[in-house]
Order: sequence, then C-alpha cells, then structure tokens
Amino acid sequence: MRYIAVLILAVLPAFCFAQDWEDQQKFGANGTPILRILSSTDTSFFAPIIDSFIVGQPNVSVEYIVTGTADLDNEFRQNPDRFDVVISSAMDLQLKLTNDGFAQRLDGISHPDWAQWRSSLFAFTTEPAAIVLNAAAFDGLATPRTRQDLIEVLRANPDIFMGKVGTYDVRRSGLGYLFATQDARTSETFWRLMEVMGSLDARLYCCSGDMIDDLIEGRILVAYNVLGSYAEGRADTADTLTVILPSDFPTTMMRSALVSKSASDPALAEAFVNHLIGLQSGGARAAFPLPPLNSGQDPTGQSSIGLEPALMTYLDALKRQTFVREWEEAIIQD
Amino acid sequence: MTGDVVVSRSLRNRLAMILTGGAAVLAIVLFLVVRAYAAQIAQQGQDNILNASVSSILDAAVLRDGEVELDFPYAALSMLSTDADDRVFYAVYEDGALLSGYDGLDTQDDEAFRSMNYDGSTVRIATATRTLVGANVPRRVTVSVAQTQDALSGTLNRISTNVAVFGAGFFALATVLSFWATSTTIGQLRRLTTSVTRRGPQDLSPFTKPVPTEMGPLVGSLNNLMFRLDQSLKQSEEFIAEAAHRVRTPLATVRSYAEATFQRVENTENRDALRSMMRAIDESSRAAGQLLDHAMVTFRAENLDRIDVDLNDLLRDLVQRMTPVADMRDVDFILDAAAPAHLHGDPILLQNAFRNLIDNALKYAPADSIVTVRVQTAPDLSVSVTDQGKGFPPSEINKLADRFVRGSDTDGQIGSGLGLTIARDVAAAHGGALILSNRSEGGACATLQF
Ligand SMILES: Nc1ncnc2c1ncn2[C@@H]1O[C@H](COP(=O)(O)OP(=O)(O)OP(=O)(O)O)[C@@H](O)[C@H]1O
Ligand SMILES: [Mg+2]
Repeated sequence: MRYIAVLILAVLPAFCFAQDWEDQQKFGANGTPILRILSSTDTSFFAPIIDSFIVGQPNVSVEYIVTGTADLDNEFRQNPDRFDVVISSAMDLQLKLTNDGFAQRLDGISHPDWAQWRSSLFAFTTEPAAIVLNAAAFDGLATPRTRQDLIEVLRANPDIFMGKVGTYDVRRSGLGYLFATQDARTSETFWRLMEVMGSLDARLYCCSGDMIDDLIEGRILVAYNVLGSYAEGRADTADTLTVILPSDFPTTMMRSALVSKSASDPALAEAFVNHLIGLQSGGARAAFPLPPLNSGQDPTGQSSIGLEPALMTYLDALKRQTFVREWEEAIIQD
Repeated sequence: MTGDVVVSRSLRNRLAMILTGGAAVLAIVLFLVVRAYAAQIAQQGQDNILNASVSSILDAAVLRDGEVELDFPYAALSMLSTDADDRVFYAVYEDGALLSGYDGLDTQDDEAFRSMNYDGSTVRIATATRTLVGANVPRRVTVSVAQTQDALSGTLNRISTNVAVFGAGFFALATVLSFWATSTTIGQLRRLTTSVTRRGPQDLSPFTKPVPTEMGPLVGSLNNLMFRLDQSLKQSEEFIAEAAHRVRTPLATVRSYAEATFQRVENTENRDALRSMMRAIDESSRAAGQLLDHAMVTFRAENLDRIDVDLNDLLRDLVQRMTPVADMRDVDFILDAAAPAHLHGDPILLQNAFRNLIDNALKYAPADSIVTVRVQTAPDLSVSVTDQGKGFPPSEINKLADRFVRGSDTDGQIGSGLGLTIARDVAAAHGGALILSNRSEGGACATLQF
C-alpha cells in the first residue's frame, strides 16, 4: 500500500505536467540540463532561435511549451519552479509577474532602459496590432486606413460583413485584453468599432493564429487587433491578406521574456535571454523571424506601450470587471 | 642658557589639531545633517506621489447599484514609475474586506504613511479612506498604495556620495587652511625668537619691530625686563668702576708713603712688614686698575664702535711702549708681522687685550728670554703671544680666562686674575675667541683669533 502511495506521488507531477498545451516540443540532445521555456509565441517563430542557441550550448536540451497568454500567466503563477524562461506578448501580465516577485534579476544583461523593467523583464520585439483584411472581399471597396475608415466600411456593408468580422475575445486572451484596454485608453473610437463589430455579430478568438487561419479560409473577412507579424509570417498569405497598421494611432506591444525566480539553472536561462536579445539586434531575418525592437516613435508621435507599473491598472479585478462588462455590452448583442 | 626650558607640547600641533579636529567634526556633522535632510525630502517626495496615487484611486470609487465600482485612471499607477523600476502594490478595501489588489498590505494603522516589509522588500505605504453614501448604508472604501524604495535609496546613495565628497573636500580645504593659519601664527613667534637669538650677548636694547597685538604684552614685558637688566648691569658696572677709581688714588698715596717710610726704616722686621704692605697695596691697585679696565671693556663692547684698525701698527706701538718693562727683565720682543693685517674693530679694546697678553708673557716668562708676538692672516686673522716660560698649568687651562681666576703657581707675581678675562671678552666682542695652549718646545701661547 505504502509503495503504491509513493509511486503515485512520484508519478503525479508527470501527470500534472501532461496537460493540454497548444504545442510542446523538444530541441537538442536528450541530455541535461533542460531549459524549459513557457511561451505564448508559436513554435515556428522560435525554432530557429532555439536551434542557434543549442549550437552554442551543445549539451543543452530545450523544451518549448506554447500556450495562450492568459493560461500562461495562470500556469506559471501556480508552478513557478516548473519553468525557467517565460515569454509572452501580454506585457501587462508579464509586468505583473515581475512586480509580484516571480522574476529573477539578471544583472549580466545590458538592455536599454525603456525595453526592460527591474533588469528582470526584457522586451525583445516590437509588434503592432494590425487590421487584417481578406483582400478579395475588399476588391470593390475602399481599403480602410484608420479605425474610423473601418467603422464606415463595416457600417456601409452589413450584408457583406455580417458574421464575418473577428477580434480577440478579451476574456480569454491576455494579449487581446491588453490591446483592447490600450485602445480604449487612447480613443473612444475603439468603443464605436466594438459596437459596430457587435452589431455584425463578431466572432471572438483566443489567438491571432486562429484568426488568420479563418481569414485565409474566408470564414471571416476582417480581423481587428491581429498581430501583424503573424499575418506576415505566413508566406502563403501574401496576396490573400492585406495587413493594415491603422494610421490614426498604432497600438504596439513588446514581446518580453523573464527568468523564473525558481529556475533550476539560472545561468543557462540568463544565457538564453541574452541570446534572444542579441539575435534581435542582429537583424538577420532567418535567425530571428520576429520583428526586432524598435525604439523609434511612430509618425503619429505614439510609441509602444510602456513597460511601467501602470500596465497593472487594467489587471485590477474591479477594473477588469468593469471593462469586460462594457466590452460585452458593446460586442455581444443578442 | 637655551637648554633648560620646560617644554610641554607644541602650540602649533595643538592649534593644528584643534582646527583639523574641528573641521573633521564639522564635516561629519555636515554629512549627517545633509543626509538626514535629503532622506527626509526624498521620503516626502515619495509620500506625495503615493498620496496622489491613493487619492486618484479613491476619487474613482463610486457606488453603482449598491456595488462599489472603482474605475481608477491609468495615471494612478503610471505616476509611480521610477528610474529604478520600483515595485508597486495596492489594495482596495470595502469596510475592511479586500475588494481588489494585493492581500496582506497592512493598513490597520491610522497613519497616512508608513514603512513596512512586504514580499521581502521594504515598502512605503500610503493609505486613505473615503465614505461612500449610498441609498441605505454608508460604505467605507480604503485604498492603500505601496512602493518599494529602490529609487529612493539610489537617490540617497547618490546624495550621500556627493555630500561625502563635498565633506571630504571641505575637510581637506579646512586642513590646509588650518595648517596655513597655524604656521603664519607660529611664524610671528618664530620671527621674534630669531630676532632675540640673533642679538649679540650684550645687546639689551628694546624690540622695535611691529608685532601682532596678542604678542604685544609678551614683547612689552620682554623689553621691560631687558631695560631693567640693562639698567642694573650698567649700575653695577658704574659702581665697580667708581669704586675702583676711588680706591686707586688713595692707594697711590698710601703706596708713596709706604715707600718713603721704607727708605727710612732700618729695622729688618719693620722693613719686611713694609715690604708686604707695599706688595698688598700693589695688588690692590692692580686689581682696581684691572677692574676699571674690565668695566671699560664691558661698556665699550656693548656699543662697539668699529673702525678699520691696522693691527701691525697697533702691535708695533704697543711693543714699543712695553719695551722698557721688558728690558728690566732682559726680555726681547719679536714682532712677527709680515703681511698687512687689518681688522674692523675698536682699537682701544684691542690694545687692552693685547697688552694683557703681553703683560702675562712678561710676568710669567723667565728673565732673559724671548716673547714673540705673531700676526697671522691665514687661515684666519689671529694674533698670538708666545713666551719661553713654563706655560699655562695644564689642569687649569680651561678656567684661566674666567673672572678672578689665577693659576695655582704664579711665583708670587702680582695679579688680579682679570687679564685673560679682558682678552676673552674683547675677542668675543669682535666675534672671535681666545685660545690658550702650551707649545711643545715649552712656553705659553695665547692666541686671539678673529
Ligand atoms: N704666559 C703665561 N705663562 C704661564 N701662565 C700664565 C701665562 N699667562 C697667564 N698665566 C696664568 O693664567 C692666570 C690668569 O692670567 P690673568 O692674566 O687672567 O691673570 P693674572 O695675570 O694673574 O692677573 P692680572 O689680572 O693682573 O693680569 C695667571 O694667574 C697665570 O697663572
Ligand atoms: Mg695677567
């Protein structure tokens, strides 16, 4: 009886671990140490990065686990010792993890001030939220350049777009929530757009990837607040999709990485973050398929969302409750 | 005279120590005060921002359908951004129950601002409460915002370093200044000391150079002391001269009477008595004469008036004048003065000194001998008087020039023991010395070296 109990206890973590990830892949030799990366970025973007890392560290193997931003935050908070590096596009959640003491200080990494927080959270890409259109559907229509244009096009053609617009479900996606809250913070246009999309019975998605899939397959014709980098990353989409960065105001996030405070091999984890940052500035598109950091301000004078404690504002339970309620009122119109 | 001073610690060191010590204490106090003040100001700055953050959150609290809603502005936390990326925690309570934010932020106290430990770091926490009045019951909403103090301690460290550097600079400057002040102060004393030591042994005139106020009394009493000393010296010298003078004349009278009587007395006993009487009289008048000379030497040495003296001339003249006395003893003089010898000095004193030396040679050398007076110009200017007598008694040679000191074996020669004293004092007044020695071939050698 006792042995069985021990056996169960020993195997239990393995079972817990075997949860439904979006993706889970191993790189490198089957040996130790293993660098466990929990990420919200699709494996295809990270494979070359990890490959080049392993070239420099022959004995290291890397386990790359992909899940949604909200789930990632949740999972990591519960088991901070199970992951070494956490990479997410939800800046607010990443910042809160750091603020709450989950991240480790990496004093060996030098990085511009605006792209890091507490020497613990390091941004390594600059990625705008985009409007992605199915090019064919907009054949006869004026291509919208701003959110206002989009509102007008949608309003004018309810017959075309009914049930064929999509955006993030802010309740499920951390990044979607970040984009939505930053949009709402900047302009009232966001709410009018949500209302219009709501009136067109918008589809709600958990992830950029799914939205792009549906766009390619024509299930939706317009997607709002999609990661432009994902759309452009799909080589097969060049003439199917049109990626528009709204010129009224851009919403730009930075993908960021942190090393868990309870990482098993902090030096290795730090080396990986360093590698990531080095590749980003290297500028080789093949080695680093994501857009590099861009400190330059947009022509509109707006820069990317800042890495600052204020990011936690919309994570406040009461605020979130209020925001989500308003958002639901706008977009879900049954 | 210079040796026996009881010295207790250096005034200069003491001054320097007090000044630098004071500067060090001042620098430390400055450091502590500025640091404390900076800490207070920095803390006040943080408190103000925390307070603003709390109020902006609290302001956003509204009651909607009996529920507390808190749509606080982005700026509420944005204003807490710091260079050091300080961590931020907040909590919203409704009637004491956590509504949202971080659990465990201790807000029981009434104080608006407190420092506490949260999640392993020291945080500064600001708290405020507002009562929302709804339809039925009032609700108390409490908001606390806390922030770590990395930026604050960074600022403080920076200020501390700056103040420390400033304090060290201040200290260094003060030290340099204190050494400068000390040495200028001490310099005045040293100048006075030098001018005292530089004076001739007989110079008792008052100091006339200006001195700092604080040294006025010292120099005043020094002048006073010297004046009295001078006065009493002069008095006693005058007294001695006067006394000698007064004794000399009556002695001469007594001597002539004794002489006359001696011629007339035939009784051997009486003649002996008269002879000793005359001898005593001779001794007394010799003493009186030497005392007068000595007093004169002392007086003239004090205000030496120097002229150019041709030593050869002077000695030739002197030898000539003493030749009769020498002839009585069959003593021949040799004056060895080849090169011209000039000296800047007082001829009366010099003559007096040489006369005493020659007088000694005639007195203590045997009859039928030679006394040599030699003038040398190299290496130093010197005049020596040598005889062929038995020389100075070696055991006493060092004391013979002292006042009233005579050799133990003077062969009944009349004398007062002042001759060499006069010679020595004259030499000293001219910056020279009297050197007594015995020649290996026999005979004394007394040298005045300038
Ligand atoms: N040329 C000399 N040879 C030997 N002894 C001498 C000679 N000159 C001086 N002395 C010794 O030194 C002593 C001191 O001499 P000093 O001239 O001072 O005194 P004094 O000759 O005795 O008396 P006075 O004052 O009358 O000259 C003498 O008493 C004598 O003993
Ligand atoms: Mg003599």
